[in-house]
Formats: sequence, C-alpha cells, structure tokens
Amino acid sequence: MALLEVEGLSKSFRGLRAVADVSFTVEEQGIVALIGPNGAGKTTCFNLIAGAMRPDAGTVRLSGADITGLRADRVCDAGIGRTFQLVKPFQDLTVLENVTVGALHKSATVAAAKRDAARFLDLMELSDKLHMHAANLTLPDRKRLEVARALATAPKLLLLDEVMAGLRPTETDRMVAALKRLVAETGLTILLIEHVMRAVMALSHHVIVLHHGEKISEGTPEHVTQDPAVLECYLGEGAI
Amino acid sequence: MSDLTASGRAALIAFAALLLVLPWVVSSYVLSVAVICLYLAYVGQAWNLMLGFAGLLSIGHALFVGLGAYASGYLFAKYDVPPAIGIVAAVAIAMLMGAVIGYLGFRFAIGGVYFALLTIAFAEFVRILLEHAKFLGGTQGLFLPVSQESRRGVDLINLRGWPEMYYYVILALCLGAFVLCRALLESRVGYYWRAIRDNPEAAAAVGVDIFRFRMYAVVLSAGMTGAAGVFRAFYDNLLFPDQVLNIEKSIEITLAPIVGGVGTLFGPIFGAFVLTPLSELLTDVVEGLKDLGIIAKNVKTDGAKLLFWGLAVVLIVLFKPTGLWPWVCRRLGLVKAPGARS
Amino acid sequence: MDTVTIINALVSGLLTGLVYGLSALGLSVIFGVIRIVNFAHGELMVLGMFLALLLFRWLGLDPLWSVPIGAALLFLVGYALQHFVVRRVAYLPDHMQFLLLAGIAIMLVSACLVAFGPDAQGVQLDYALDSFALGSLIIDKVRLYAALAAIAVASALLLFFKYSPTGRAIRACADNHLGAKVVGLNVDRLYALTFGIGAACIGAAGCIILLLVQVHPYLAPPYTLLAFIVVIIGGMGSLFGALLGGILIGVAEELASIVGEPSLKTAFSFALLIVVLLLRPQGLLGRAVR
Repeated sequence: MALLEVEGLSKSFRGLRAVADVSFTVEEQGIVALIGPNGAGKTTCFNLIAGAMRPDAGTVRLSGADITGLRADRVCDAGIGRTFQLVKPFQDLTVLENVTVGALHKSATVAAAKRDAARFLDLMELSDKLHMHAANLTLPDRKRLEVARALATAPKLLLLDEVMAGLRPTETDRMVAALKRLVAETGLTILLIEHVMRAVMALSHHVIVLHHGEKISEGTPEHVTQDPAVLECYLGEGAI
Repeated sequence: MSDLTASGRAALIAFAALLLVLPWVVSSYVLSVAVICLYLAYVGQAWNLMLGFAGLLSIGHALFVGLGAYASGYLFAKYDVPPAIGIVAAVAIAMLMGAVIGYLGFRFAIGGVYFALLTIAFAEFVRILLEHAKFLGGTQGLFLPVSQESRRGVDLINLRGWPEMYYYVILALCLGAFVLCRALLESRVGYYWRAIRDNPEAAAAVGVDIFRFRMYAVVLSAGMTGAAGVFRAFYDNLLFPDQVLNIEKSIEITLAPIVGGVGTLFGPIFGAFVLTPLSELLTDVVEGLKDLGIIAKNVKTDGAKLLFWGLAVVLIVLFKPTGLWPWVCRRLGLVKAPGARS
Repeated sequence: MDTVTIINALVSGLLTGLVYGLSALGLSVIFGVIRIVNFAHGELMVLGMFLALLLFRWLGLDPLWSVPIGAALLFLVGYALQHFVVRRVAYLPDHMQFLLLAGIAIMLVSACLVAFGPDAQGVQLDYALDSFALGSLIIDKVRLYAALAAIAVASALLLFFKYSPTGRAIRACADNHLGAKVVGLNVDRLYALTFGIGAACIGAAGCIILLLVQVHPYLAPPYTLLAFIVVIIGGMGSLFGALLGGILIGVAEELASIVGEPSLKTAFSFALLIVVLLLRPQGLLGRAVR
C-alpha cells in the first residue's frame, strides 16, 4: 500500500480551476518531487493535502486512512508535516522555541521537546542561532527553520514547499545532503515542490509534473525531462 | 527568575519586600491607591493572558468583573453565602460567559478587530440586561450589607475586615496570577498560545488545535477576571451596572498591560504601578486647581483622568508599542541580554 | 397597533436611517481605503454635534447651515489624524492600531466632557414641531430636512469618488495599494485625504443629527457601535452598503421602539451587532473583510 494516495483532487477559485482531477501516489520511503511552471497548482495541491483548504472533489489517503478535508492540525496528527512557500515563522519566538512548538506534538514534556528541537536544529545547521528571534533570521535561515519545525512533529510524510529557493548552490547541496541522510536514517518520506532542478535531480527518484492544474507527466527524473509534454510546458509550444 | 541579572534580582526582592510591608509604613490613602494598583495589575494580568499570550483582543473584560461581582454579591446579599463559596459561582459564571463568547467567535471565525467588537457587544448587552434586572437592583444598584464592626478584624471567609486585609488579599491574588501565568507560559499551553498568536496557520500545521487552545485562553482569562469581580464587590460593597461594567472600565483594564508591555509578565504590574499613581496625582492636581479657581468648578475631574488615559495609550502605541517594561529592563540592565521577555 | 403607526415608524426610520447611513459612510470610506477600523468614529460625530451646537448658540445658525463648516473642520481633524498619528502605526498589528484609535477616542470624549459637561444639550428650532401631513402619514419637518441633507452630502461624496481625478486615485489606492504606489500616486497624501473626507462625512452627519438628538459626550461610544453595525451589515468598504445598512437600522430601531420598552432599544442594537458579526462578516453587499 502506498503511503499517500491522491485521487481526482480538484479545487477551483471563483471558477478558475487551480487543481483539476489530479491523481498520484507516493510510495513509502524516498523523495518524490512535484514540479511545474508557476501557477501550475502545486502549492494548492499541498494545501489540499495538508488541510489548509478543502478540496471540491477527490480523496486523499494516508497509509490507507481517508484524511480528505480534515483540519490542518488533524492532518498533522495523522502524520503529515509541511512547510510554507511563503515562510510562516512564529516571529516573536526564538528559533529554539519555534521548533519546540513542533516537537511538542510528539514529546510528553517541554524539556523533552526542547531537546528534540535542538537536535533538528542541529540537522538544519541552525545550532548557533538558537536564541535569535525568528523575525531576525535571513530568508535561507527561515526556510531551514520551517523544515526543522515540520520535522520536529515526527511526520511520516513531509511536504516541502520550495525550501531551496533563495539558497546558494553550496547551501542547496548541504540541504540536499541533510534531507537524503534523514530519509536514509529515519525512513521518512518526502514530497517536495521545487524549482531548483539541480536539487530535484539530486534528490528525487520519482517526479510528478503539473501544468494548468493537471498532471501531465510522471516518472523518473530522466523520463520526465525528456517527455515532450513537459518540455513544451516549460519552454513553450514549438520549442521542440 | 533565571534570566534576571544581579541588579534585576535585587530590584525584584526590594519590590517584593516593599509590597509586603507597605500597610505598616504608609497612610490609609496611599494604601487605598496601592489596592487599586494591585487590582489593575491583577485584571491586567488576566487580560494580558488573552492578548499578550494568545493574540485575542478583548475590550469587554469588565463584563467578567461584573458577572463575578454580581454573582458573589447577590449570593451574599440575598442568601448570606460567604464570598469564599460565592467565588466558585462567580468564577464559573464568568468562565461560562467566556466560553460562550469564545465559542461563537471562533466557530464563526470572527477574527482580529471583529472579535474585539464582539466582546464589546456582549459586555454592553449584559450591562443593559443588568440595568433591567430588578432582582439585582437594576439601575438602583446592589448593596452588600456591611456593618461598622465588620470593618475591623480579619474574616477571610466573608471578606470583611481591616483595609489592610483587602490589601493582602489582592496582593495574594496578584502573586497567584503572576505565578500561574509564568507557569503557563513555560508549559505546552503557553508555547501553543504564542504560536497561535504569531501565526495561526503555521500553528495548525504543527498539530495545534487552534480552537481548543483559544478557548482555554478566553475561559481562563474570564475566570481569573471573574475572581477580581468578587474582590470588587466586597471592597466597594455597592454595585451599579453602569459603574462596574461599562466600556470605560473595560478600557481601564487594558491600560496597565498596554503601558507596561503586552505579552510580558511584569508589564501589567509595572503599568499599573506607573499609571495609577499618576492618574491619582492628576485628580488631586485638578481638584486643587479647582479650589484655587484656576479651573472652573463644573469641569469633571473624571474627564481629566480619562484624558490622561487616552493620552497614555496614544503615546505608548506611537512611541513604545512593546510597552515600557521591556525598555526599562534593558535600560536598567535588569535582565540578561537575550530573552527580555520576563 | 395599526398600520398607520407602523407606516409612520417606517418612514421616520427611513429618514433617520439616511443620517445613520451618511455617518457610516465615513467609517466605510476610511476602512475601505486605509484598511483601518476607526474606533474614534462616534467621537468625531459628537465633535460635529458640539460644533453645530456652538454655532447655533453663538450665531443662531441652523445646524443644517453648519454642515459645510462642520465638514470642513472635521476634514482638517481627519487629515491631521491620519498624517500625524495613524500613518505612523501602519507597521503595527491590527489590534495595536485599534487600541491607538481607542486611545484617541477616549481623549476626544474626555475633552468634550471637560469642555461641555455630561448633560444633554440640544437646539431649539422654530420649525422643530412642524410636520407635513400626507393623508394619515405624518412626516416631521426636521426629520425630512435631515434626510435630504444627508442625501445631498452622500451624493456629493459618491460623485466625487466616481468622477473626480482625486476620487479615482483614492479608489485605485483602495484596490491596490502597491500598484497605486508603483504608478506614482502619492499614497500617503491620498490616505490623509481619505481620512479627511471620511471625517468630513461624519462631521456633516453630526451637524445634521443635532436636529433630531440632543448631544452629550457619552453619546459617542454608542454611535461608534451603531456605525459598526450599519457598516458590517452593509459590507465594510461598500458605500451603497453603508447607506442601505443605515436605512435598515433606522427602520429596525423605530419598529423596535414601538414594540418594546424604549430603554431596551440599545440592548436590541447590541444583540443585533452580535448577530451581524456572527452571520455577516462580509456584509449584505459582499466584499471581503480582510
């Protein structure tokens, strides 16, 4: 049984079809990428899965259990962690406190949560900024903070929304290495939205391509990058 | 107080010692002002729990004071139920009201400023209902029986005794509220509240049940404020809807934490001890000027006090929106560098 | 109760409601453009009322003739308020801005209290008791005049927003703050103008309503809440919505006062505010709140 099964997912905003009848599955363990040009409906897809929005139609199942239209905190309880494309740190909390909030989801006490939080912050290379207020972080650091906070909830499936955007190539490589290590060590599954193709190619074993809210291709990274439909949507009609 | 510096600790101990011995060293007038300070610090702490911790603005907190005061006052006046028992009813009824407001507000997703309007609407609605409630005295007021001999001694069960007793009662409440809030802030609830305050969507994404924890904040804050109502009732011994729970009283409750620092633990206390003496002083000055004939006799002294309050809020929001306390802390070096949040 | 009473109440509610609508228009304009909830609304209105009262006492001026003066002075007050105060807190969270305006409201109300005392004061006009009779329908002269004045001011405002370049620029700001900045509009000045115009509206409504109501400082908070009810019913930011909401409230109040005890009238409005908040956060005429 696949970890995540999305079937016929649809969402319209004032008649505009943001996500139209999208179906895909994510197998346990490994990293799957969701790519597509701007406005393809990737983030909406995430919001529908994570319970930030209700779908108009379709179902979402996690390990076979129906989680369609559940509230965001229930989806987190079910085992999905997420980051936001436009980062949403708890501004007036310190870096450590931010991640502690996430860690409290699984930890029995605040002290234990703090210890867990410190571990995930170490992983995301934020250990030297534990007591800084989140509002004072740089954008790349905030992105790392988002990942650490989501990781701290100990999810089965982690949804990462453009966490590499704005990182320098060396930083991207470090993030890629950290995520790979995480998947190998903890058996975590990651579904990520990414524009940085370098990261997509290095990380994912499976790629799903959305365009105008519809799935137009999926397969191995090598497969989708040679799919004419994908090339067309990225490069424009007649490019091939 | 682990994040206090040596001078911070010294200041805290000096302040605590001063509070403890105050009734023995000052006049009864100063003592009565100190009671007002502590009262406002206490209700400010309760109000701050909602806005400062959980990000919920209430401008109807006098409602909870009123409910607590009327519940315990009525039980005492009518059925001789001592306030020691009446406080249970008072807190329960305030919590219930808080639950109703919270439930409606959060279920119907009334956010931000609109939630504040909802609290005002409830407070005013209940005030008018009380004015029409004959059994509670209506606009004629509810009087609590009090005799000359009950003004002496110490009777905590009936909340009757020397003025000094009232001082220590409100001091104990204040201390209790401070300890409670401090413990809450460092517990799971506190983390969740601050997360919701800073970003509800992100809080939900890490599994925080926003509705539930917002309800906790409103209900707890309402209950604490209801207890203040009991004190009010037995300190003043007469209750008028118009004086206990009008909108000005609700605004008065917000002043100390705003001036001291929303979201800080010492802010409400500091704010109360700065504002109250100043507005008392102002009242004296205005009265004095009236006696000297510099200000017309028909000028309302209350008006001058209100003017001062309004000015205080405006100046704080304009120039020190985080409040005076964090600033004072930094200036005097009372707290170690990071985490000026105590 | 007979139909004549009800019809009379309806008409009188409609006329009073137009004045409420004009006042609420001021709140709506300010919110629609600057996105700030003007908690000092009723206080500005009471300021207008006291101004008309003084002009009546000193010069014997009919409050209707004070309307331009009241509007002009309140325009200045509003402009200054936005330019010197409100503008500086745009970076703060909503609730702090709200508290700032609450602070200003307290200052205004207490200033009125110090200056005029707490007692209700009104104007005595020679036509105060006159009325027109249309069959069994009786229309108070003052009420009709008040409504006509409200319509005149509201029309002027609507025309201004529709046709004048400044009015259009303000609407552009309301639709897209950043876009307006990008095309080179002086957003700060336009905001100050908007607050001024909104306040002028409120001032005009204050002058007009002195025909119908006696003024005292404590009138301010209820007027603030009344305007909120009107605007939330009509839809925050919608101009026609404000007028419509005003009429609805005016009529509802009149009907409530012939049915029940007059002192419960205010309780009724607060209950209404609660219901409106729960059911209609976007108002009858739509347009998102946030």
